[in-house]
Amino acid sequence: MATFSPTASVDSPTVARDDHGIVPPVRRGGDDGGSGRPGSPDYRTRLRRARLGLLVALTPVLMLFVSFTSAYVVRQGLPTLDPHTNQMVRDWIPIKLPNLLLANTCVLLLSAVSMELARRQMRCEAAHSPAAPLAAGLFNGEEAMPWLTLTILLGICFLTGQWLAWRELAGRGFYVATSPSSSFIYLLTGAHAIHLMGGILALLVAGGAALLQRPAGTRSILVDVTAWYWHFMAFLWIYILCLLEFAH
Amino acid sequence: MATHEFAAGAAHAHAAPQGFIRKYVFSLDHKVIGIQYYFLALTAVFVGMFLSLLMRIHLIWPTASLPLLGEIKPEAYLSLLTMHGTIMVFFVLTTAPQGGFGNYFLPIQIGAPDMAFPVLNMLSFWTTFVAFVVMLCAFIVPGGAPLHGWTGYAPLSALQSAGPGEGLGADLWIISIALFCLGALMGSLNFITTTLDMRAKGMSLMRMPLTCWAWFITAILGLLAFGVLFSGGVLLLMDRNLGTSFFVPLVTVNGQLAGHKGGSPLLWQHLFWFFGHPEVYIAILPAMGLTSQLLSVFSRKPIFGYKAMVYAMLSIGFLGFMVWGHHMFMSGMSPYSAFAFSILTMAIGVPSAIKTFNWLGTLLRGRIRFTSPMLFAIGFVSLFVSGGISGPFLAQPVLDIQLHDTYFVPGHFHLIMGVASIFGIFAATYYWFPKMFGRMMNERLARWHFWFSFIGTYAIFMPMHYLGMAGHPRRYSQLTEVNYLHGLIPLQKFITYAAFVTIAGQFIFLANLFWSLKHGAKASDNPWEATTLEWTTATPPPHDNFGGHTPVVHNGPYEYSVPGAPRDYVMQTDPEILAAH
Amino acid sequence: MGLVLLIVIWLITLLSTYFFIAKTWWLPAGASALAPAIDHHFTTTYIVMGIVFVAAQLSLGALVWMYRDRKDARSAEYSHGNATMEIIWTVLTLVLFVGLNLMSSSIWASERFRPADPGAVRVEVTGMQFAWYFRYPGPDGKFGTTKPELEDASSGGEGALGLDTTDPASKDDVVTSTMFVPVNHEIEVILRAQDVIHSFFVPAMRFKQDAVPGLAIHMHFTPTQTGDYEIACAELCGLGHYKMHGMLKVVSQDEFDKWLAAREAEKQ
Repeated sequence: MATFSPTASVDSPTVARDDHGIVPPVRRGGDDGGSGRPGSPDYRTRLRRARLGLLVALTPVLMLFVSFTSAYVVRQGLPTLDPHTNQMVRDWIPIKLPNLLLANTCVLLLSAVSMELARRQMRCEAAHSPAAPLAAGLFNGEEAMPWLTLTILLGICFLTGQWLAWRELAGRGFYVATSPSSSFIYLLTGAHAIHLMGGILALLVAGGAALLQRPAGTRSILVDVTAWYWHFMAFLWIYILCLLEFAH
Repeated sequence: MATHEFAAGAAHAHAAPQGFIRKYVFSLDHKVIGIQYYFLALTAVFVGMFLSLLMRIHLIWPTASLPLLGEIKPEAYLSLLTMHGTIMVFFVLTTAPQGGFGNYFLPIQIGAPDMAFPVLNMLSFWTTFVAFVVMLCAFIVPGGAPLHGWTGYAPLSALQSAGPGEGLGADLWIISIALFCLGALMGSLNFITTTLDMRAKGMSLMRMPLTCWAWFITAILGLLAFGVLFSGGVLLLMDRNLGTSFFVPLVTVNGQLAGHKGGSPLLWQHLFWFFGHPEVYIAILPAMGLTSQLLSVFSRKPIFGYKAMVYAMLSIGFLGFMVWGHHMFMSGMSPYSAFAFSILTMAIGVPSAIKTFNWLGTLLRGRIRFTSPMLFAIGFVSLFVSGGISGPFLAQPVLDIQLHDTYFVPGHFHLIMGVASIFGIFAATYYWFPKMFGRMMNERLARWHFWFSFIGTYAIFMPMHYLGMAGHPRRYSQLTEVNYLHGLIPLQKFITYAAFVTIAGQFIFLANLFWSLKHGAKASDNPWEATTLEWTTATPPPHDNFGGHTPVVHNGPYEYSVPGAPRDYVMQTDPEILAAH
Repeated sequence: MGLVLLIVIWLITLLSTYFFIAKTWWLPAGASALAPAIDHHFTTTYIVMGIVFVAAQLSLGALVWMYRDRKDARSAEYSHGNATMEIIWTVLTLVLFVGLNLMSSSIWASERFRPADPGAVRVEVTGMQFAWYFRYPGPDGKFGTTKPELEDASSGGEGALGLDTTDPASKDDVVTSTMFVPVNHEIEVILRAQDVIHSFFVPAMRFKQDAVPGLAIHMHFTPTQTGDYEIACAELCGLGHYKMHGMLKVVSQDEFDKWLAAREAEKQ
């Protein structure tokens, strides 16, 4: 059979040479979470892991927008050779942003508030619930549903508003390829919108999970992670708006 | 109390799946996913190798007509080299070491039952698979595969009219790479979260095998770099299809105004190389980690300078983000920036040198066992030195004037990144095949494979340095037009013949791999007498890796030849050794 | 096996090194003012890196043979490393690498941190798929405007560049497909590209610079030997990249003046 030496594991805890007695049972690691009862180490571990995962996942999103920003800054300041005059010229003409974007910003900020309320509601319930089987139906996250729904609606409202802002720009004659500044407006707002759509999708999944009576711990983690993502999207939007408006 | 915890662990979130689809196709088990990645990379490497074979044939027999393929036109040659580079860099070097072996062995080596997010892991493989299919489709669409090189410099890559293959083929190339970025990012997410959050008790960061450190740092590099490549790809797609001018200034192609203005070709280069340089470290770090591992196991000695090795890999990762401009010394970039980038590039040679010294130090006063994994690990060190020595030439702008975009460059990067990393993949295969499939690979065939590969790749790539010194530019589909190249044709012929022989040798490996799957000698649980956690568990490992147990770690990963120990190796899970060190 | 490895590694090392020392395939003879400094630094780098290469590879070969498992009772040394050695070789490597770089940087700075001499001969070099054209400003010393709309590659010369003949400064511009320059006189090249990135590479001059669309890149070099030097394109520019070569003819100052005068006379 095996040619390896017997491994010390919790099964045979007295192997430790220095006689510390029973090796304590493993709590972290090696444990992918079972039934996800809120309040148990399982739940906390899963929550921590999910949050860590989100933090890691937000890094490339950040890098994407850092990259777009550097392209924006470079392009703004870049002189190009005008072959007609043999001179280097700058061709950046800033565009006045549609006022609608400010309204959209308010909508998004409101949605961040409702998102946070949803998140706290679910966490509250998750903390209070004992490690009892959830078949009791005592807790099914009902309290958070209105806030979740409101967030989804406000998110959709925001996206609609963005689309209307695009229509306004097009109406003024600014399409994607019209000028470098218009290209960037569509690029940055479009990339943000796509990411926000992902957030809305996650919220729909969370709502669906509630309707399908999925374990409460899982739902709480899902909403928690989505909420942080949502807040990141809100900050990102503010950043994009400031970049487009003020960076010269 | 302990047993209660086990019940939770044993009632593992996803118990071993039933049914062919859940078990082998959409498996959530990191081991199956690792094997899937491996075979994807294996397919890709033979495709990539075939493309390079066609390139070599065309270079010395430009008018030859090949069976089924006919004559290779100049633009076809350029498509071959574009796809060869792209497929090899992405679908082989960034896939097999990390997605293949990393997926399989990271969780086991740190004592975890699986990756942190198994569903995401499964998605990352299938995204990469789809990316590969999309890439291959570029060959069969009208216009064929793009001809702009794996580096895809704009405006050549941004204008559909700039050459054959720059139509739909180029769009598919970009889309494939974008999908690959997504798959790789998902993978990085898993690797980082798992390493940080799922190590077994006693497995502190400084007790992790260097393979785990390498996979971890590689994942961080990928996390930071692939987003930037993705952004470049998005901008390029927009320039190509929506008429924007991120990268394209006012240009005419074939006398026609292309309809763009004001863009900057250098912007593409900055974005691409900001990804591209960390990418080469992504390609090589896992092999470095594995080499450290193998040199230690098969010298029966601890790795020389574990901490230094860790810090060296961390520095390489960190500095790797600050040197991208050394690909752009001749690009029109500011000469002052060139100076800054070149100093940093020389600095990054230092941690690599430290690692080399430490590998040699590991061999010193060891008891070396010449198993097949060890042969490839030794080969890695030699190739890494050779490839590394040519670096300081290219890193100095004033010498780069002469060498940039000549054959010196592919000579350099094939040795240090291409071949060295492939040797890492071979070493990993010979080393871990017993654990993955329960059988040993044939040692005799492995040795033949080693000699063909080691001597063959030197014969191919060392002469390229001479070609570069003589001024032979890269990416020339024929050597008949520029007069001063005529004298270099004999050397090109030699390279092609060397390539024939080397490629033939790879079929020995393929035969060995598939034959051993069915007929290899049965492997014990620890045939190499190694100390890391994968050798403490059954061969092949059970679904949750440790059969319901959770390992507890007491020792570092390189406790070989410990004075006073009963055997010349102490497993990481053995009782704590009291030797002072 | 250890011995075989040693032999093979040593042979590969010594064989490769031989070809470097013998200069079997080597840099073409340098023909510019900067070539001696560059070549000298090449040699320095070669010697330094060559010593490291040979030492590392020969050690590798020696170590795998000397410390092969002889199936005796000797055990391997149990050592986790040597911090002092680590520090020593880290510092040495850093000093060596940075030192080499600083030496070469002074050569780089001497050429690239300064603009061309005011008295340099100016030539505008334009790359296009797949040819090089060269333009001299003529007696007025000014380059006339070019218009992309006027480009017509089939008419060669002025047509290929899209020279705007209505611009008075264009009238005396001389456009050729061969680059003539006088020896021992600084040449300022202004690099342009019409379509994609090309690269102007003359090995004997130790000169290479990308020609980037949207930019006019000013560089300079001083040829020191007469002769014909092939120009190769050194940046992938499409299917004709391999045949996009030109010719640089370095002639005496007299010959150059005569040649230029003759070309300018044609423009009258």
